[in-house]
Amino acid sequence: MTAFILRRLLHAVPLLLAVVVLNFLLIAFTPGDPITLLVGDFPAPPEYLAQMRREYGLDQPLWVQLLRYLGKVAVGDFGFSFANQQPVAALIFDRLGATLELTLTALLFASVVGIAFGVIAARSASARRHGVADSVIQGASSAGYAVPDFWLGQILILVFAIGLGWLPSQGNAPVRGSAPGWAGWVAHLPYLVLPAFALSLRYLTLITRITRAAMLEVMGADYILAARARGASEWTVLVVHALRNAAAPVLAVIGYNVGFVLAGSALIEAVFAWPGIGRLLFESISKRDYPVMLAILLMVSATVVIANLVTDIVHRMIDPRIERA
Amino acid sequence: MNVAATVGTPFQRAPFLKLLLRKGSTWAALAFIAALVLAAVLAPWVVAHDPLRGGNDALLAPLAAGHWLGTDDLGRDVWARVVFGARISLTIGIASALFAVVVGVVIGALAGYFGGWIDALLMRVAEFFQTLPRFVVALIVIALFGTSVLKMIVVIAALSWPQLARVVRASVATLAQSQFVDAARVAGMGHAAIIAREILPNAAAPIIVLGSLDIAMAILIEASLSFFGLGDANHVSWGAMLNDAQQYLRSAWWMSVFPGLAIALTVLAFNLLGDALNDALNPRGAAR
Repeated sequence: MTAFILRRLLHAVPLLLAVVVLNFLLIAFTPGDPITLLVGDFPAPPEYLAQMRREYGLDQPLWVQLLRYLGKVAVGDFGFSFANQQPVAALIFDRLGATLELTLTALLFASVVGIAFGVIAARSASARRHGVADSVIQGASSAGYAVPDFWLGQILILVFAIGLGWLPSQGNAPVRGSAPGWAGWVAHLPYLVLPAFALSLRYLTLITRITRAAMLEVMGADYILAARARGASEWTVLVVHALRNAAAPVLAVIGYNVGFVLAGSALIEAVFAWPGIGRLLFESISKRDYPVMLAILLMVSATVVIANLVTDIVHRMIDPRIERA
Repeated sequence: MNVAATVGTPFQRAPFLKLLLRKGSTWAALAFIAALVLAAVLAPWVVAHDPLRGGNDALLAPLAAGHWLGTDDLGRDVWARVVFGARISLTIGIASALFAVVVGVVIGALAGYFGGWIDALLMRVAEFFQTLPRFVVALIVIALFGTSVLKMIVVIAALSWPQLARVVRASVATLAQSQFVDAARVAGMGHAAIIAREILPNAAAPIIVLGSLDIAMAILIEASLSFFGLGDANHVSWGAMLNDAQQYLRSAWWMSVFPGLAIALTVLAFNLLGDALNDALNPRGAAR
């Protein structure tokens, strides 16, 4: 097991490094001279431009610049956002909490409901041919998988915020400010409902499908038959025997999608004015705030690499039958 | 991917069409795609209004005089824009899927056929591209390098080929060991000829399935990019229409409902087609 973890760690390091290098290359090959951007259209003397270039290390060969960039990233220095007059790292850190709240809620909801639907569908499919519940769930999940999540967000706003007036649709707290502590936290929960649901639907359908397939695979196994023969209740058979053995692929799909949920939150945050990293990305694109954009790309990619790593290790722990990941 | 199931020539199996058209949902998906392609090609004759030119009557509700899906904030006909929007979605969806298929097949075939360090290197590259969060990378590359239809096609394709390459590699690696390939080798055929004429036709099934699913994914990414304001402003796009709609949700629900429905139905149709192709070409396993 230790050897496996070490091997996976060694595998993840070059991937992380490649992500940072890609980020650097994107900066280096972006059209437009950063110094001209900094100085503006002002006709500056060439000596001044050369001095600026030296100051920012842009006169160095590309590989020297790359090493410097790696050094800075290693200590958490992602540059300065001129649009926000703040270091990029601080800017992202401020928004991290809101995004984590949204993405983790969405992922949790998608997992719980997706697994429940998957189990119901598998039971319906295995009990008799063409179970009604199975057909309904399968049809709904095909449809749900095709719906663009940002459009779903708009439709939820139209129905539940504008039409019925049940839930708020913009921001993550009352505009007039909220009470401190527990009461304020409870007051902000309604703001979470619509964006979290919009973000979760695609993954909910994905988890439903995988759970259904994994359950069907184990439902025919001898130990399920044996459990039934012993007179175990349907609940015990489904959850204790079947779901536990079907858990590995389901957990793997959840883990491999962490990064996609995080990336998807950019669109959802734009629709719901949720003050997280996605909204920051949206704003920085319209302001052409490159350091912020690239730092966010780096952060999301690194999250994907780490989530995949953790998923592989957990996958292996709960299912030692997997020889290689 | 069940590799064993892809070995064999799917198109010589007699009841392919019968297998494909077993389900009603496949008929519906094919009919919808056909109608969409027709509408996109014949767009100027399908609609009565210029999709880019506004009028004095902005934010008209559906079924208002002459505009059965209403008008947007600039008085442009929503039906005309939905129909013309099909052009950009289909162009980008199909072109980037084709592009991704070409890249994925070439890389997958090289890796699977030659094996060894070529295989290791190419699969590491594929893994790297699969790690990248597609949407965020596409977003940032387009934001940095500017937008155009061609750039969107290239970026989406560049981020979509790895899955195909992996599947093709697996099929090719198995097929390369088979007797008919040995026979071709003994007969003196070169590597390129063996790959192109002997191996790839036998690995076609998963390529077709994934290609169809890639069209759906590309259409979603294009819509997302346009929603972020990074689409090609010279063309009508469903995603950009949803961007316009965002500010008018309170006053004009139709600006959001119809273009979104167009995206969802198109993506659903290509997904259903992909699933049906998978069932028909590869009855024993699933491609995903």
